Amino acid sequence: MTALTFTLKDVPRQRVDCSALTPTRLAGRAPADISAIELPCGNRKPRVGELFDLHGEDTSNLVFRNACDRLDRIGEGMFDGAIQVQGDAGAYLGLGMRGGRISVSGSCGAFAAAEMRRGLVHVFGNAGDFLGAALPGDRQGMRGGMVIVGGNAGDRCGDQLRRGAILIEGNAGDYCASRMIAGTIAVLGVLGTYPGFAMRRGTLLLTSLPVSLPANFGDCGTHDLLFLKLLVKSWKSLDSQFAHLEPSTRVRRFLGDVSCDGKGEMLFWA
Amino acid sequence: MNINGVHIDDTFAEAFGMKATRVLVTAQNLKWAYHAANAATGFATSVIACGCEAGVERKLEPTESPDGRPGASMLFFAMSSKELAKQLERRIGQCVLTAPTSAAFAGIDGGEPIPLGKNLRFFGDGFQLSKLIGGKRYWRVPVMDGEFLVQETTGMVKAVGGGNFLILADSRPQALAACEAAIEAMRQLPNVIMPFPGGVVRSGSKVGSKYQALMASTNDAFCPTIRGITKSELAPGIESVMEIVIDGLTDADIRGAMRAGIAAACTLGAANGIRRISAGNYGGKLGQFHFQLREIMG
Repeated sequence: MTALTFTLKDVPRQRVDCSALTPTRLAGRAPADISAIELPCGNRKPRVGELFDLHGEDTSNLVFRNACDRLDRIGEGMFDGAIQVQGDAGAYLGLGMRGGRISVSGSCGAFAAAEMRRGLVHVFGNAGDFLGAALPGDRQGMRGGMVIVGGNAGDRCGDQLRRGAILIEGNAGDYCASRMIAGTIAVLGVLGTYPGFAMRRGTLLLTSLPVSLPANFGDCGTHDLLFLKLLVKSWKSLDSQFAHLEPSTRVRRFLGDVSCDGKGEMLFWA
Repeated sequence: MNINGVHIDDTFAEAFGMKATRVLVTAQNLKWAYHAANAATGFATSVIACGCEAGVERKLEPTESPDGRPGASMLFFAMSSKELAKQLERRIGQCVLTAPTSAAFAGIDGGEPIPLGKNLRFFGDGFQLSKLIGGKRYWRVPVMDGEFLVQETTGMVKAVGGGNFLILADSRPQALAACEAAIEAMRQLPNVIMPFPGGVVRSGSKVGSKYQALMASTNDAFCPTIRGITKSELAPGIESVMEIVIDGLTDADIRGAMRAGIAAACTLGAANGIRRISAGNYGGKLGQFHFQLREIMG
């Protein structure tokens, strides 16, 4: 069976909610049924067939072609299967995802992988603000799974991150790991200002010291931390620069944010 | 049955169902891994009074260990899940957590999970951190030499304890030499430990005693110095008997170890004073597993 492919006919004037198009929700449905699904778009509800050309029949393997940043909520709440986005994705990519894999060849908007629980989101371009964060008003961000960003991530990356890993090959914006509860964020590039703001626990792993470190993180010195060997080893199978990291255990460690009695750690490879 | 002049008795070893787990300990070098492993598996010869039976299964090369450091694989056996969990927590807490540079990992991924570092983490007094790596949870406990890394749980499986055989020889040095040869051969095999000192028991026991407080006492039928006044199993000329007890993850593992051990002992043969191979049992009424010597060596 060939992958069920949605080829975008034209860039929509308004944002389209694509949350109905996941392998879980399309399982067992015929192409004609799928074409008739209404997708919220502004104050209208165009049918899938009006927006996309469809071909293929494998609902466990979806492809969005000619995708653009107005396609929101791709892969929201999906449990299994795979979604491949050729182009950009809009906001809320993989929101609350519970399994499966999403790959985006371009960039994605804000709140990608927000409140995700399991699975893999791989964005080859840049990711917007609030990557892996909690939705406004919610208490916990991403709670499992893994996000890989080939480019840069926006501000507030990993805000209230609870579990799981966010790997950023480029730079991360301001307030990276803000209010982080647990989990791991690794950044190969540089950070914006105020990293680890109100961080409670978890690990922010960096390759170099930022220009300015928050005053409320205590310098604990340079150490050999064995868990890093296991962590880096677990990335070896990834299609990412992280797979080629040397498994060095020697890091400089800062703990904070002491302003909220936090014991989060920022580690810098020495 | 006779192998190289050594008579194999038509009898069986009687063994029991137990609960077991494997823990991998690593350290900066093999010396410190063994310090930790030997301490953790110390005083664990018999469930009669030690709570569990434990031993070092084998050395781990850096390429085999989870963290790429040298280490040792330990097996622990107990009569119940509860007792195994209790013994594991005490032994890892007092002997591995305390050993410089050490780390402890699960050696069995399947089975029922039992706490390894799950409760030991509280030693960190709130400074401990957990890390979920590859679906497995680890605890990082701050200690004075850095960090103690320990996996949260290890797998517990059903196992077999109490496989055994006896080596009867003309003299004590000859019995010991045969035992050493047997242990050397058995230690090459996975999934088994011989929990007694050096793998050998010189004080095999029988169930019960004339003293009501004791649940086990000397196996007088195989004690050469009192053979004139007991219902002895020993023929004249046999001056020494030693036993090898085996715990294994499966009955097939015990069978394999018994075969290797008996074969190695018999290699020395009658020419070196080895006369008989026998086994300890309780009439077949207590243990679920019976290991017939002749069937194993057949």
